[in-house]
Amino acid sequence: MDYLKEIRWSPYVVGAAIGVLSWLSFLISRKPLACSTTFAKASGMVEKMIRGEIVDSKPYYQKEKLVIDWQWMLVTGIVFGSLFSALLSSDFHFQLVPALWASRFGTGAVKRILASLLGGVFLGFGARWADGCTSGHGISGTMQLALSSWISAACFFIGGIVTAKILFGF
Amino acid sequence: MSAQIMSRAWSSRTSQLIQGFLFGLVFGFLLQKGGVTKYDVIAGQLLLRDFTVVKIMLTAVLVGMTGVYTMKWLGWVELYPKSGSLGMNVIGGLIFGAGFAILGYCPGTIAGAVGNGYMDALLGGVAGIMLGAGIFAALYPWLNEGVLKWGFYGKATLPEIFKTGERKVVLIVAVVIIVILAVLEVARL
Repeated sequence: MDYLKEIRWSPYVVGAAIGVLSWLSFLISRKPLACSTTFAKASGMVEKMIRGEIVDSKPYYQKEKLVIDWQWMLVTGIVFGSLFSALLSSDFHFQLVPALWASRFGTGAVKRILASLLGGVFLGFGARWADGCTSGHGISGTMQLALSSWISAACFFIGGIVTAKILFGF
Repeated sequence: MSAQIMSRAWSSRTSQLIQGFLFGLVFGFLLQKGGVTKYDVIAGQLLLRDFTVVKIMLTAVLVGMTGVYTMKWLGWVELYPKSGSLGMNVIGGLIFGAGFAILGYCPGTIAGAVGNGYMDALLGGVAGIMLGAGIFAALYPWLNEGVLKWGFYGKATLPEIFKTGERKVVLIVAVVIIVILAVLEVARL
């Protein structure tokens, strides 16, 4: 039980456990672990609350129906799983500005939130453009040896490393 | 009779939703224990200072691939490779990467970041991702007629592309991953 209270586990233990979790999700739910489609559905659901049923008829939401599904619940579960882990190890705390960000851009909360919003727009837009994210392509797709996923995962890191180096200075 | 069918459909849907939630609970628990719900760890990876993200991903792929392909060979599971094209995966991947660096979370780890109490994730990131996905949905009919079709290769997998047996490709990828992880350890990264 003490192991569950540790703040950090070895990345190899965590990675191997995620690998085993993938076996089970293929075997039991017949689905790969993936997250980003849920944000598109959530976005469409919010738009539907504002604009009404017409949103269902958008071609993208014909393809990705605006209903709560397995993956939607997976993403919800992640929030609570992480909360549980953080509480067990007393690693839960409210934080607005991460330390590494503050070391480069200062401790201003508004600046960080606006940057997060902008970064989120790129992330959400890019995830839908590439049809997957770090979990759907980066872990689940590469393990299936899908060409689309290996190319996407490489580009996630190329784009990410170049942008991070520009932001933080080489 | 139709009530019975409906109740069965309802229960299978409920079961799917419960399964999704339980997988999410474990996934979120592991992401938090791995440290990848934290901006500093993800930004540290993209700055090439902290290799936690790469170690977790490569180990997950190594273990996952070995098991999933073994189960496929035994006829226990089907695979679901995603369809893609250069227009989709290269351009979308690079845009995603830029967002990954600015935000410092990805769509899965941001849910974990919210659970960890990180308010920049909740107040900025989640709204941003939904907005970005919504913009894509609005542009989808137009993008889908053009750029998303460039260099189309569909659901091709590495064994198909290299016209090599699956067992051989799984073995080669496993060896490559182990070598990369060993190099990271030797280099103390």
